[in-house]
Amino acid sequence: MSLANICIQLLEGLGVSVNIFIITLLFSLPLGLFVSFGRMSKNKVLSTITKVYISIMRGTPLMLQLFVVYYGPYYLFHMKLNPTYRNSAVYIGFIINYAAYFAEIYRSGIQSMPVGQYEAAEVLGYTRSQCFRRIILPQVIKRILPSVTNEVITLVKDTSLAFSISVMEMFTKAKALASSQTSMVPLIVAGIFYYVFNFVVAIVMDKLEKSMDYYR
Amino acid sequence: MIVFENVGKKYPNGFQGLKNVNLKIDQGEFVAIIGLSGAGKSTLLRTINRMHDITEGKLTVDDVDVMTLSGKSLRSFRRKIGMIFQSFNLITRTTVINNVLTAFVPDMSWFRSTFSLYTKEQKLKALECLDKVGILDKAFVRADQLSGGQQQRVALARTLAQNPQIILADEPVASLDPITAKSVMDDFKRINETMNITILINIHHVDLALQYCTRVIGIRAGEIVYDGPAKDVNDQVLQEIYQGAKEEAV
Repeated sequence: MSLANICIQLLEGLGVSVNIFIITLLFSLPLGLFVSFGRMSKNKVLSTITKVYISIMRGTPLMLQLFVVYYGPYYLFHMKLNPTYRNSAVYIGFIINYAAYFAEIYRSGIQSMPVGQYEAAEVLGYTRSQCFRRIILPQVIKRILPSVTNEVITLVKDTSLAFSISVMEMFTKAKALASSQTSMVPLIVAGIFYYVFNFVVAIVMDKLEKSMDYYR
Repeated sequence: MIVFENVGKKYPNGFQGLKNVNLKIDQGEFVAIIGLSGAGKSTLLRTINRMHDITEGKLTVDDVDVMTLSGKSLRSFRRKIGMIFQSFNLITRTTVINNVLTAFVPDMSWFRSTFSLYTKEQKLKALECLDKVGILDKAFVRADQLSGGQQQRVALARTLAQNPQIILADEPVASLDPITAKSVMDDFKRINETMNITILINIHHVDLALQYCTRVIGIRAGEIVYDGPAKDVNDQVLQEIYQGAKEEAV
């Protein structure tokens, strides 16, 4: 098999990886914000539940979580799900895992805001939601962006864990090609693709950070 | 008019912040509140806009009982009362003009406020307020690039943008050098005289208080121990307020 052929096959897989990446970010970033609200809530029940959730998500391997999401419905509830559930399982697993990490990042940012910012908004007659939306969140986003970038780069590499439940993303393809061709080349090419992917992500995040020097 | 009738404030931990306070402050007065740290100056100031709740007595501002307010009525009440802080509390990462414009957000629709769609009148008003405190030329500079005195003026302009009847200033010059402190006090005085806005100011610099304010309220351990014209404040009065710690007072 020629190098060009390998590349084409891997690019197909890369499409799936990018898909997982985008869907995960699209849902876990907002979800994480709500989880962080739960975590900081004065309601003891709510804050305890989110604390346990975050603790489990961070304390167990993502690969294991993917197994639970994918096989759980059958083994626990004897639900018969068709094989396309595989993709949904990957999305669900990644989103709930990453939301937990993002929640802690949001929390660190929100709690680092000086109390004077809330006071100033309060004396201007802001509602709590106006204060959060207009004063706190824009400053928090700017502050947490470096940590978010870190997490996003990890996500690019973590998409390869979808391999564990046989989703046809890039790493799964590379592994299959490597065995059928008895060659290291597909793995090396996949490595290069991951690197380039992350390189682009890093540039985009860097641009974003610079553009936020003046927010609005 | 601000009226305190037998006002007391007990913190949840049992500490008595204010004791039996009786005061009457007319519209347009320029009042200095002096006393040791922890005497209750900030507490007194913050009960007026209900940043702190009182636990005894009655406090009215323009015949409105402050303790009856909540939610929407409290927010619109606060729109009439500006507050200035020792640490300015600006959004440092954005421009001066954007900081002043934040004063208009509570009156704007969800859509306009989310996308910062300020009207032309609002922008002009913001610039006008900056002009009143003499920093119009800094309108498009980032707030964190200004000196302390200039940042306090931005905070003052932001407060003026909400058309207040009263301005409460909590140690506004405590972190400024003597010269800058004087010029910020000049701003307060000018605003007080030209716009007839009541100004209550917590201040550690007794000399500044006597020089600028018309009335002085001395507070010690939560109690008013002096209330009278600034010109009648003498060493004996200061000793009474500062309990013999005269060196600090001068």
